[in-house]
Parts: sequence; structure tokens; C-alpha cells
Amino acid sequence: MLNPIPVQPNMYRYDEFDAKFVAERVEQFSGQVQRRLKGELTEDQFKPLRLMNGLYLQLHAYMLRIAVPYGTLSSKQVRKLAYIARTYDKNFGHFTTRTNMQFNWIRLVDVPDIQRHLAEVEMHCIQTSGNCVRNVTADQFAGATDEELEDPRPLSEIIRQWSSLHPEFVFLARKFKIAVGSCEKDRAALKWHDMAVQIVRNEQGRTGYLVMAGGGMGRTPYVAHVMKEFVEREDILAYLEAVLRVYNQDSRRDNIHKQRIKILINTIGVEEMRRRVDLEFQELKAMGTLQLPQAELDRIAAYFAPPKFETGLPDTIPEAGPDFANWVRTNVSRHKQPGYAIATITLKTPGQVPGDATSEQMDVIANLMDEFSVGEVRVTHEQNLTLPHVRKVDLPAIYARLKELDFAAPNAGLITDIIACPGLDYCDLANARSIPIAQKIAKKFENLDRQHQIGELKIKISGCINACGHHHAGHIGILGVDKKGVEFYQLLLGGSGAEDAAIGDIMGPGFTEHDIAEAVERVVNVYIAERQGTERFLDTYRRIGMEKFKAAAYETVAA
Amino acid sequence: MSKLLTYSAKAAPAFAADSFTAVADGAALPQGPVLVSLARFQAERDALLARNTALGIQLKSSENPELLGADVQHFALIALEFPKFRDGRAFSWARILRTRLGFKGEIRAVGDFLLDQMNYQHRVGFDAWEVPDHFKIEQFQHALVEMTNVYQPSSDGRKTIRELRAAR
Repeated sequence: MLNPIPVQPNMYRYDEFDAKFVAERVEQFSGQVQRRLKGELTEDQFKPLRLMNGLYLQLHAYMLRIAVPYGTLSSKQVRKLAYIARTYDKNFGHFTTRTNMQFNWIRLVDVPDIQRHLAEVEMHCIQTSGNCVRNVTADQFAGATDEELEDPRPLSEIIRQWSSLHPEFVFLARKFKIAVGSCEKDRAALKWHDMAVQIVRNEQGRTGYLVMAGGGMGRTPYVAHVMKEFVEREDILAYLEAVLRVYNQDSRRDNIHKQRIKILINTIGVEEMRRRVDLEFQELKAMGTLQLPQAELDRIAAYFAPPKFETGLPDTIPEAGPDFANWVRTNVSRHKQPGYAIATITLKTPGQVPGDATSEQMDVIANLMDEFSVGEVRVTHEQNLTLPHVRKVDLPAIYARLKELDFAAPNAGLITDIIACPGLDYCDLANARSIPIAQKIAKKFENLDRQHQIGELKIKISGCINACGHHHAGHIGILGVDKKGVEFYQLLLGGSGAEDAAIGDIMGPGFTEHDIAEAVERVVNVYIAERQGTERFLDTYRRIGMEKFKAAAYETVAA
Repeated sequence: MSKLLTYSAKAAPAFAADSFTAVADGAALPQGPVLVSLARFQAERDALLARNTALGIQLKSSENPELLGADVQHFALIALEFPKFRDGRAFSWARILRTRLGFKGEIRAVGDFLLDQMNYQHRVGFDAWEVPDHFKIEQFQHALVEMTNVYQPSSDGRKTIRELRAAR
């Protein structure tokens, strides 16, 4: 089949300055790679340099993490990712919980070439790893949902530029993740970030920003604190820089496990943190160099103008059989424009590796983007893809094509829509495998009627305490641990990554890889027996607490 | 052995003679400009200031230069330590010295830093570097021009990409 003509979506486009910046950065890193290969840099010295260019040394090979700023990709970019997977990797890539793309089998010598390919389509690997400000993420429904005050991506792009090679903040104590949202409903896990911005309106009706800081998963999970309820638009970069200044100056540097901003804030207290940030903020504001003029915000926002929506389209979804109806039920969301919808492609067909896509699948998705979604797709932190602007009349055709790809699982938000980190299959930090556990659980709950009966239930699996699989934020979280060379899996209940963010409670000793899926099933059965009315799993857990779930989970293990 | 590299708005990158003698805590002070620790300065402040010669102070990465208070004006040199290249606190200390405390003297990077950090150091206010003997000036010149433009305002006062866009 011929590829359709690539459609350029309304998203940020590099001008000559951005293009030069990325091109020079590629050549700079190419030089660093050469110095490493010649032995002029030790691995210890090379490490922070390669990390800040997305290159991570994994268990078996180098992993290259490519930034997908605020999750937005054009079809041209998706085709380039498919090309890189085919040419330099084992024909597949992995979408991560920070909306990036990871390639797991990369050779060091190929990296500069890969980065040159990426630069051709306005992509890069800058600051996707290392102790610096990471790729900024945003709500995947940005610009498409009627729930938002405004599109969070223009501010995200402004933050991307400001944080790119910031001279003061490229050697922070630890990594620093920023997310931006614009709704009451939180699809970007804002409260789990080192810093997050929520676009809000104040009592006078002015739009501005609520800033949070100090969220984070890992060994010591914290939900973010509100730093300031309302920051004026023009002050936002000054405020964010103020937070980073305090973090860089005052964070511990003597214990890698206590160097995230969450530890600083929870050690000195949020009041003291606010006081310190405010001093820096007042100074920055007075200097004026970081003030954000409305004209600049408007200039960036213009790139993200809504596409030309057709009017007069039928605002109903056509009938196309029961399978299609099931998919619509979970994977199609309301769009702000009559006749349009938002379609979520879950990369989670039971049995699949969560978040993985082959080159062929990426190419077909690129075609779907061009044909049906103005050339655009979004990566979600739940490791899915979203087509943001599709006509309702086209949904049956989209569904049929996804079905051929094995990407038509009707499970968005259901128990088989599982987040999982790469785990011990790839990662040198992991203590246990995550992927096979996700596959096993998804297979166990494969029956769709049962999934619908269970309703919204978010399972999140991490292969170690670093929590890349967001286990603290799972309605059911699973944490892989190593006990004397054997993999065990702990259960956590009651976490949330949404607007009702909460840290899951640890149930108790871990289960073996053979028992964990059944333990999850017994926990789910308690919910089915105990739930009242329309309660979700999370609601029932919050009402009745751990006891009954725990008793059931360990029931047959003990016997 | 090491040598001193200097570069500021006033002069091109060059190797320079170091007029300061680093003096260990407790050791006798030689004639001429000396470089002392914060602890020694705090203990012997009045005597050190009474010497009629240039004075330098070396701060650890955990020592915020604001600790110096109004005394900052007495120093001709403030050396900021990088105990390990991963410790990036001195980037903030240099920026504070230049933009908050108005320090006009020399800010020198000492310790374990990388060639690849020198451009950032220059941007936040460093104008001198203690480098190994084999260090070549061309390496530094290359590091300065690898990235032509910058997105952020900093104490070097360079025009940002936003300003360059507006001036097109």
C-alpha cells in the first residue's frame, strides 16, 4: 500500500535557531563519543554526558531514549522512529511512562547517526536521562478535550526551551521531571512529578498557573505539595527557575537516595521551601530577564492552533458490530468539536509487552494519523497512543485497521491496560521481571465481559524500587523484589496517579511469580463482592481498607 | 601540576600566571596574595584584611558565598571547588556572586570538573579555571563555540534565542 502524503499537524516547528541548536548538540555529542572511543574520557566522565544525550547503559546493550516533548508526534516523526527501529534496533521500540521512546539494542557508534536522523524530523535526545531537567510531559488530550482551560502544550514548549542546556541546572543533585496539565481531571500524573504546573483561573477570572513541587516515586514516595496557588503568566519561568535554584543550592549531595527535591521539601517543610523559593522569585522578577511576554506566549501558542475542523459532521458514532462498540466504550473519549472524537490506541493487547510497537505497527499508525487524525498522535504516560482529532464517522475504519495491527484492544483504563517498566528483561537496575507478570495478569483477565464487570482498575508494575512502572500510583501496584536470587512481587493497594493522587499501601510479604497473578485475582474478587453501587476498585478500597483484601490475597498461599 | 586559564569579556582565553599562593589552614602566610579557606578567613578575618595585599578565598561546594556577607567585596579572587564533576552547586554559587552579590573579582573553578562543563561555567560567571598542564587552549575555545546560541539568560548577559528571534 502507498503511504498517504504526510500531513503536518499544528504543533511546534523548529525555526533556524532550534534547528541549529539540535544539530550542534548532535555534533557535540558525536565528539564526546569519539573522545570516549579514543579513551580520552573515562566511562565515569562520559556517563553524565551520554545520559544527558539519552544514552543509557542497560543490562545487555546501550539504550537510547528519545524525547517526545509533551507526548506530541507527527506522522513524519513516527515514520522516522520506525526507520530507526528497523535500521539500528531489533525492529521495535518502547513507549515509556514519560511519553518518550526507548530503543533497547543500540550500538554506541551508531548513536550520532541516529541523532542526525532525529534532527531531520525535529527530534532529539537532549536531557532524556541524567541529573537534569527531563523531557516535559503534558495531558495527552491537550487541544482536543473540552475539559481544559487551554492547551497546555505552548507552556510546555516554552519550558522545553528554557530547560534545554540551562547552564545552572545541568548538574543537579538528581533528575528533575516537569509536567503540565490544564484540567481538573489529571491525565498527566502531575502530583507525582518533581514539579508540575496546572493552568488555572483565579477569582478575578485571570488565567495563570498553580505550581506544585516535591512529588516523586522511587524508594521514598511523596505526593507533590502546592508551592504557589497562582503564578501570573508572565512570571512562570521566573517561578520555576526559583524552585530549581533552591533545589540546586540546598539539596543533599551525600546520599543518592535522598537527593530528589521531594526529600528536600519534606525535610525543611513546605513552608520553609516556599519562603526560600519566594526570595529567589522576587529577585528574578525584579531582574526581569525571565519575564514571559504575552506576545511570546501567543507566538508559541499559534503553532498549536486547533486544526480546521469540519462542521456539519454527524455527531453520532456509527454502528459497526459488538466488538467495535466495546472498543468505543473504553477507548473513545469526548472531543470539544461536534462530530469529532479522541481515540486511544492501547498498546496492551493481552499477551503484548506494554508500550512496545514494531516498525510495521509504527508505520501503519503513521498512515492512520495522516488519514484520520490530521497527522498527529500523542504518547500517554500510561504507555498508550492517542489520536487526538478523529471524525466520528471514521471510527469504524480506524478500528478495523487497528484490529489488523493487533492494537485494537478495547481495554483503555481497564484491568488489562497495565503499566509496566522494562524490568529485568532489559534494565540493569531491576530486581525482577515486570513484562511477564503484566502479560500473565492480562491473560488471566482477558475475558472482556469480566473486564467490564470489574471496571476502571489501574495495575502498575515496577521491577524495582525506582518505580518506573509507577507501582505506588496503581490502584493495584506490584513491586518486584529480589530475595536471595529469587524474584518476589509485593502488592500495594489504593494508589492513584490521577487528580486524587495517593500512595498505595504495601500489603505485606511478596508473592512468587507463580502466585502473583492469582493473588491479584483474589484481591479483585474481594472488590466484586464488597463494592457498593458504582464504586471503582479504588473507592471500595478507600472505604473498607486493607484487611479483607489482605486476608484473601494470602488465603491459598498459606494453605 | 596545573596551570591557570583565564577568559572574560575583557580578554581572550589565555594562560596566566597565578599570583595567589594557596595556603593550608594553620600554615604560615607567605608574602603576597594568598588563597585561604572559609574556615581560616572566619578565624583570622581581621588579620587577613589588614594585610595590604590581594586576598582570595576558596569555598567548598557546600559553602554558599552568601555566608561571606558584606566581606565579599574584600576578595580579589573567589575559588569555587568542584569536589566531583557531578556536584553542580558551584554553578549556582557563581551566579549568586555575579548577579546577587555584585562580585566583580575573579571566580575560579578548581577541582574535578570536565572540559564539557567549562562553557556552562563561563555562562554563570566563572572567568578562570585551574586546568591540568596538558590542557590546550584550543580545547577551551572549541568548548565555547560548540553551541552557538542559548535559550536562557544568565550572568554572561548573552542574548538569548528569544531575543535573537525578536531582532530578526
